[in-house]
Amino acid sequence: MAEFLQLVFSGLTIGAVYALVALGFTLVYNASDVINFAQGDFVMIGGMGTVFLMAAGLSLPVAAMIAIVAAVLVGLLLHRLAIEPARGASPVSLIMITIGASIFIKGVAQLVFDKQFHSLPAFSGTAPIAIGGATILPQSFWVIGGMFCVVAGLWLFLEKTLIGKAVLATAANRLAARLVGINVTVVLALAFGLSAAIGAVGGILVTPITLTRYDVGTLFALKGFAAAMVGGMGNPIGAVVGGLLIGLMEAFGAGYLSSTYKDAVAFVAILVVLLVMPQGLFGRRAVERV
Amino acid sequence: MLRKILSSRIAVLLLLAAMIAIVPVLAPSSFYLRVAALVWIFGLAALGLTILTGYAGQVSLGHAGFLGIGAYAVAVGPAKLGLDPLLSLLLGAVLCGLVAYAVGKPILRLKGYYLAIATLGFGLIVALVLTSEGAITGGPDGMQVPRVVLFGWRIAGVVPWYWISGGALLIGALLALNILASPSGRALRALHDSEVAAAGVGVDVAAKKLAAFVISGVYAGVAGSLLALMNGFITPEAAGFMHSIELVAMVIIGGLGSVVGAVVGAAFLVVLPQALTVLQEYEQAVLGLLIMVFMIVLPAGIVPSLRRLVLERAA
Amino acid sequence: MQQTAARRALRAAAVVTSVTITSALTIGPSLAADPIKIGSVLSATGPASFLGDPEQKTLKLFVEALNKKGGILGRPVELVLYDDGGDANKARTFATRLIEDDKVVAMVGGTTTGTTMAMIPVFEDAKIPFISLAGAIEIVEPVRAFVFKTPHTDKTACQKIFEDMKARGLTKIGMISGTDGFGKSMRAQCMKVIGDYGITALVDESYGPTDADMTPQLNKIKNTADVQAVLNPGFGQGPAIVTRNYAQLGIKLPLYQSHGVASKSFIELAGPAAEGVRLPAPALLIADKLADTDPQKPVVMDYKKSYETATGQPVSTFGGYGFDGIQLLVSAIERAKSVEPQKIRDAIEGTKGHVGATGLYTMTPTDHLGLGTESFHMLEIKGGDWVPQDKK
Repeated sequence: MAEFLQLVFSGLTIGAVYALVALGFTLVYNASDVINFAQGDFVMIGGMGTVFLMAAGLSLPVAAMIAIVAAVLVGLLLHRLAIEPARGASPVSLIMITIGASIFIKGVAQLVFDKQFHSLPAFSGTAPIAIGGATILPQSFWVIGGMFCVVAGLWLFLEKTLIGKAVLATAANRLAARLVGINVTVVLALAFGLSAAIGAVGGILVTPITLTRYDVGTLFALKGFAAAMVGGMGNPIGAVVGGLLIGLMEAFGAGYLSSTYKDAVAFVAILVVLLVMPQGLFGRRAVERV
Repeated sequence: MLRKILSSRIAVLLLLAAMIAIVPVLAPSSFYLRVAALVWIFGLAALGLTILTGYAGQVSLGHAGFLGIGAYAVAVGPAKLGLDPLLSLLLGAVLCGLVAYAVGKPILRLKGYYLAIATLGFGLIVALVLTSEGAITGGPDGMQVPRVVLFGWRIAGVVPWYWISGGALLIGALLALNILASPSGRALRALHDSEVAAAGVGVDVAAKKLAAFVISGVYAGVAGSLLALMNGFITPEAAGFMHSIELVAMVIIGGLGSVVGAVVGAAFLVVLPQALTVLQEYEQAVLGLLIMVFMIVLPAGIVPSLRRLVLERAA
Repeated sequence: MQQTAARRALRAAAVVTSVTITSALTIGPSLAADPIKIGSVLSATGPASFLGDPEQKTLKLFVEALNKKGGILGRPVELVLYDDGGDANKARTFATRLIEDDKVVAMVGGTTTGTTMAMIPVFEDAKIPFISLAGAIEIVEPVRAFVFKTPHTDKTACQKIFEDMKARGLTKIGMISGTDGFGKSMRAQCMKVIGDYGITALVDESYGPTDADMTPQLNKIKNTADVQAVLNPGFGQGPAIVTRNYAQLGIKLPLYQSHGVASKSFIELAGPAAEGVRLPAPALLIADKLADTDPQKPVVMDYKKSYETATGQPVSTFGGYGFDGIQLLVSAIERAKSVEPQKIRDAIEGTKGHVGATGLYTMTPTDHLGLGTESFHMLEIKGGDWVPQDKK
């Protein structure tokens, strides 16, 4: 039982970050049909930005705020300078642009920051908390709690504010949204900015546990994309469930089966889910029109 | 007239043959030949993906997996099983075809990004197996690939591999063009436009998709074998995620659905890093920037965009 | 008409060819004031940049300083640097480029075993000396005429660790290794020599190079009865996370790390959890604690000071490998009084008692590494610093 609990804690912590990245994928996808492969790099900007700002003498909250703002700026610039000028290009071309952006961001990050691993101090100490024979770090509660706060905030924003409703309307039907007077370009920029902020928050929360480096974005993009797909692309609840699921799969795979093949275990699980439910766990059934 | 020339099969083959013939004349040293040989090899792999993505409209983010299987076939076959390297190459191609069939059969039911994630998982698992089964594959540090000996002649060095890879690319292009011009090829093209419509006019959608997947897997596998044989050494990262992305990038940057585009895209991603070394630590940033700029300016890819430009001028 | 044109073209071709050949033949000796070109292919980006980055910085710094002092044999040194991103195929292309296009006289580089092994045939065929900075023993066993290396092999690290375990009476251990090249290769070498020390591994776990959480694996080790110590071969962020997870799970057994984490940044990353961790490391890490009589003291102090002032980062074993590689080469060129690759090779092989940052090198025709186990010091982390455990 203690071992099971330990694996659950471990899986939920990592899974929460996958969930945040998947949420970012979902937001941008809903607004534009684009898979933004630079999504993972926002996680890096959040983590590395905070590390370097703290090294420059700022306190953690101030450094974190500035890092999030920086990530949002990068997200907005990505939209304004790369996605917007290519409007009308096919989704594959747009995805290629985001891959180029990801390479670019990493290239700049290794110049602005460095190529070493870095860590942040845990927000509230490193004394492990014992629960049912398992031990969990206080930082894990920050990560999991932070993830739920982001999800709740996002839900409130989308459901309770006018502009949030505009985002939802655009996701449902872009043409109709434009017809009722929604500025789709602004909505798209908002989606990029928001997804960047969410990614950066994830990066700041998890860096005290997993460390960070200029190129950690690739891994998070990969896992976040998988999480978004298994949950059902375009569904925020699916993104969260998908992220936690993959985190748990990896932990159980490593703990009970084989630590060498734990990533394979997670991916086989994804394949099984998709073969049974080709639209993911919470995906809408899309009908191809002729 | 111009439109006809630009789309004729013979013109495409002649163009490729001329490129292959001219490089050795211009190359100041065998280093340039090696770079060109890499372009032909990756061009071959990209060609296979062009059939899958450019014609059948299916995305794969795991094709480096087939590259890895092909590469390790010519390494493991001779070194561990005592097979002839050329026989190993053939067996590798067959193995890639079989694996593509077995994997493609279930996952090709998935659509769009769902298929992308499934293929990504496939590539990841291949890379993981190659890394983990060290007893057979030499693990993450890779393994030696025995040299090919043909009629007592040991094929080593850049020059023979340049011509072999160039020849392989030409054969690959010829096959691809013929496949695409056949009734099956036209059915594939219909898939790209709309699966529902294609099914409506009686195309066996599932079978055609699977065929395209198998063909593209075999192309990538042969390219992987050639790469391993030329280098004489192979590591598991040949099957890595970044290489899968690179293959897709070649197809998209060169131009989706264009045979010449696949080769141009391969040239773009093989030659550019060599040219960018003068930038030292700015290399990565500029590479990313160039990819973005090219895709923004030429959203349909280099070859189709240029072709449209030429046709517009002529009209 | 047409014939004359063809003839003219032929003649032009003949002239061009003969000019190329003569210039190629005379290029060596005639250009006395020209820079000596030394090549280097490193993994300065990509997964192995943890190793390649300090190596690159070290080589650049060293060559810069060397040129300020007047270069070698009165000629400046030009360092031709390429970044293979950890990709063996790219490494091989750059190796060809160094030889065919840049015409380097020697090469110091090859960050990982994979990239090194991919490049070896290129240098062997061209008969250009190649000093590798990668770990695995296959690089110099069997001995290849033109290939040398500076890092300790994994085997000596394993032996040093097992000696220490044996002395502390720890005979039943758990292993947790990275599945990257470094971790896998070291794990394999350790498994080969473990029996010589009467030690057995009761549990053998692994983790991926980008994994961010090793509690599941460590939990298995924790739940294995009778384990007395844990060994973690690996480099990069993995061992730091293992060390933190180790503390999180409250495992009290002695933890051994490898020379793959021998850098102050490991202590920073692992934090308080690093207390009590032991690892074998070169003298470089304890430069200021070495006895004044130690022959390595001035060399390592000098390197440490110049690297840390220039980069603002702590020195690591890997930068030290690069430092030793370029030093061995420069000293060989000076002794050979020539930049002919064959003579440089012979001079490298004739290296005797060269004092490096990693240890003392003495090469022979049968030993192209030339380091012994004595180059390792067993260190323990106490109070956030390294404390040597060697018995004097």
